[in-house]
Amino acid sequence: MSTEHSQSTELTAAATHRDVAGPLPERFENPGLEPHRPRLTDEDPGAARRATRQVAALFGVSVLGTIGVIVAHVAFPPGDSVASMRTSNLLLGAALFLSLIGIGTAAVHWAKTLMSDHEVVEARHPQKSSPEVREGAIAVLREGAEDSGIARRGVLKGAMISALALFPLGLAVPLIGEVGGDWNVGAFRHTMWKRGTRLTRDPSGTPIKAEDVTVGSAFHVIPDGLREQEHWIEEKAKAVVLMVRLDPADLKSEQGEGWSYDGIVAFSKICTHVGCPVALYEQQTHHLLCPCHQSTFDIADGARVVFGPASRPLPQLPITVDDEGYLVAQSDFHEPIGPSYWERLK
Amino acid sequence: MSQNTTQSRGATAAAATADYLDQRTGIGIAVKNFARKVFPDHWSFLLGEIALYSFLVLVLTGIFLTFFFVPSMGMTVYEGPFAPMDGVEMSEAFASVLNISFEVTGGLLIRQIHHWAALLFIAAIVTHMMRVFFTGAFRKPREVNWLVGFVLMLLGLAAGFSGYSLPDDVLSGNGLRIADGVARSIPIVGSYASFLLFGGEFPGEVIIPRLYAVHILLVPGLILALVGLHLLLVVLHKHTHYAGPGRTERNVVGYPLFPVYVAKAGGFFFIVFGVLALMGATMTINPVWNYGPYDPSPVSAGAQPDWYMLFLEGGLRLMPGQGTEWVIAGFTIPMNILVPGVIIPGLLFTVLGAYPFVEAWVTGDRREHHIAERPRNNPVRTGVGVATLTAFFVLVVAGSNDILATHFGLSINDITWVLRVALIVAPPVAFWATKRICLGLQRKDRELVLHGHETGRIVRFASGEYIEVHRPLDEYERWVRVAHEPKRPVALLPAYDERGVRRKGYRRDALRARVSRIFFEDRVDPVTPAELVAAQAHGEHDALPSASAEPVGALPAAEAAVDRGADAHQA
Ligand code: HEM
Ligand code: FES
Repeated sequence: MSTEHSQSTELTAAATHRDVAGPLPERFENPGLEPHRPRLTDEDPGAARRATRQVAALFGVSVLGTIGVIVAHVAFPPGDSVASMRTSNLLLGAALFLSLIGIGTAAVHWAKTLMSDHEVVEARHPQKSSPEVREGAIAVLREGAEDSGIARRGVLKGAMISALALFPLGLAVPLIGEVGGDWNVGAFRHTMWKRGTRLTRDPSGTPIKAEDVTVGSAFHVIPDGLREQEHWIEEKAKAVVLMVRLDPADLKSEQGEGWSYDGIVAFSKICTHVGCPVALYEQQTHHLLCPCHQSTFDIADGARVVFGPASRPLPQLPITVDDEGYLVAQSDFHEPIGPSYWERLK
Repeated sequence: MSQNTTQSRGATAAAATADYLDQRTGIGIAVKNFARKVFPDHWSFLLGEIALYSFLVLVLTGIFLTFFFVPSMGMTVYEGPFAPMDGVEMSEAFASVLNISFEVTGGLLIRQIHHWAALLFIAAIVTHMMRVFFTGAFRKPREVNWLVGFVLMLLGLAAGFSGYSLPDDVLSGNGLRIADGVARSIPIVGSYASFLLFGGEFPGEVIIPRLYAVHILLVPGLILALVGLHLLLVVLHKHTHYAGPGRTERNVVGYPLFPVYVAKAGGFFFIVFGVLALMGATMTINPVWNYGPYDPSPVSAGAQPDWYMLFLEGGLRLMPGQGTEWVIAGFTIPMNILVPGVIIPGLLFTVLGAYPFVEAWVTGDRREHHIAERPRNNPVRTGVGVATLTAFFVLVVAGSNDILATHFGLSINDITWVLRVALIVAPPVAFWATKRICLGLQRKDRELVLHGHETGRIVRFASGEYIEVHRPLDEYERWVRVAHEPKRPVALLPAYDERGVRRKGYRRDALRARVSRIFFEDRVDPVTPAELVAAQAHGEHDALPSASAEPVGALPAAEAAVDRGADAHQA
């Protein structure tokens, strides 16, 4: 910064403030648009020609990119392996990128170097319409209302409003009637577990003998006959169970007398928080962790909540064995499984 | 006309077409008015454009996907090139997504561009909204357009969630199950809401077709209509501009729509699309073939929803569950779900949507505003915004607490506790710090206006004293820092009028005065001409080295600077 420069601005600033007669204004005044600074391309025809060539070249890149897309489409189909699929994706995408970015950069470069960069000023006007227009609008509305006679003929007003208010029902009633299926929300209360239903492996459906369940191992369980159900996915979404054999000495409590069999406990796998499958079992701590929001249940202690946002233990499925030694349910769960809802305890 | 012969063929054809159209539509007027419309230029005005362009990319790629996607939950057995899924039972929707990814040439690319564009779309909407918030661009007459934008953001979230669920994979299925759990928690109607969504019990057979209709018809249709309204209002209001030389409340300064803005904006569309194509080409997203088809039993740990759902997820994770499920008269009210899943997001969104009206009430300001404020010049608003973002950020982090735990080997319980505390403590701290920083920046602006730039030039006086030369701001630089108007809290009229009658609405006024004091009590006013003159008289020799001063060349300012200006100001 040269001394001359700082001196001259200082002097002009001083002049504007000190030489005006009378008191200083309360606030500064808007100095108006800055003088336009010409760009290189405005002054040097050579630079302008160069910029023109660059813009054209960028459009050229786009054309090449588009050709590239066509070549990649023909020459590199996804093929039969994940690797060839990835190659196809990469080449197609890279070519498409060039095809698009060429146009984009060309247009922006064109605008910045070759189109006018003189700022333009446009006046604003208050948003509201002028008083005459407003009055006109009100007059028109008033005239129309008078013509219709809505104010004088009260019956019509009432009749019209009732008709308009009611007609949506014609669409809404059939829709609401059907949109929730049979609307039988009582279905939340039950699962397909019944007295004597065998516990089977998920997903194979093979029954499980008590003697096959070693201490510490966890089984993902579905009820026998699940796949024969008409709505097996909905049934599965409620009936999945996680079963573990604990050392009977470790079993601190369970939700009902005699609901376990020889250290084998079975709990609903549907989290009592908002319903994710609780799938992570930690053998040393006997903790069952829900991966969705980390609610942690202690299955040696009646699936008590030890951490996280769930409020209630996972419901326990009472189990025993049948004459052939297969694990079976004593009954359905004794409470609705899964997340809480308004009428859950009713 | 004699020049006819020299005019190119193309130009004549264009003129003929224009004439044809104008005779039938009178479009000439619209073109004449519209083509020279002025748009101000600033990087922060590009955020809304990014949102618009990613939406266009979504529509284009989405149409491609509709030709191959099968919105059906009917069961089928996969037979195709992806060996690990060979013979696996799955819904037709999931099978069609595998087909798009492995057999349709370019299908995977389009899917990935579609998904990346969705993430960018919502990110752009959110940052655009932040820009509008922090610059006060929502003030009169733009409150209505803020509401339109707010609804667009909600629709963006709906589009994202409905699309994410379409492939019917394990991840999205569990996402739906969480949505079902939250819906059920709503008092009285919860179970019915769940049945309404799924056409019966979860998962049912209709949710994918229903979401498909929502995703490709309802939501995009609404978005399109509202985007139209949004832009129409932008044109009617004329864009805001930042304070600067020549920019006033009564004008708009920028570049004409045609050709400059069309070229820049049009070009920018291709750049956004191009970058999304590159992302789709090189960055895998939502590889559903690794997750497998939905089945109510399995779940994968460390699964992440798309980023814009993390704050809800984080809220659900942070809420303690012990003792938060209330039973009243036998009816269950699960506050552990209602608070983070319904009440807090509901409040947050209500406040966000209503903010312009709240601020208008607090300031009692009924004027139109067309100059976007610098965030520092409204410290409380900026603080409120940063505090809200801080809370949002804590929730997002909480939504990834398991990833944090495994990544950094921390205990998930500890992280959760730290974040629970942070959610309550961090926003007020952020508010306070932001407000202080804003006031500090305003003071720095004053400083600069009063005493000019440091030049690094040190001069020594005959007395042996060193000072640094300051170069005053030119009037254009200065204007940016003094253009804003000084703010004052609204004055409260006494409770009783002259005749001793209690004024109506005194209570409301008192509340408003109190809130308004919070807004404007701590403030830094812009420099006035009188202050500048006083400062210059004071620091005369700073800027005008007198004959007695002997320049000693340019010492680095840090070494020997004696900033007289600052001293004088603080004294
Ligand atoms: C208006 C136009 C749109 C159409 C026609 C459309 C169409 C589709 C279709 C058919 C799918 C399923 C195919 C697949 O996943 O491979 C899909 C998925 C998806 N859509 Fe859209 N969509 C549109 C707009 C949007 C918008 C506005 C968003 C978000 C803000 C969005 C976000 C998604 C997401 C996240 C997916 C999942 C993609 C994946 O799993 O890879 N879509 N869309
Ligand atoms: S669903 Fe299990 S913790 Fe939320």
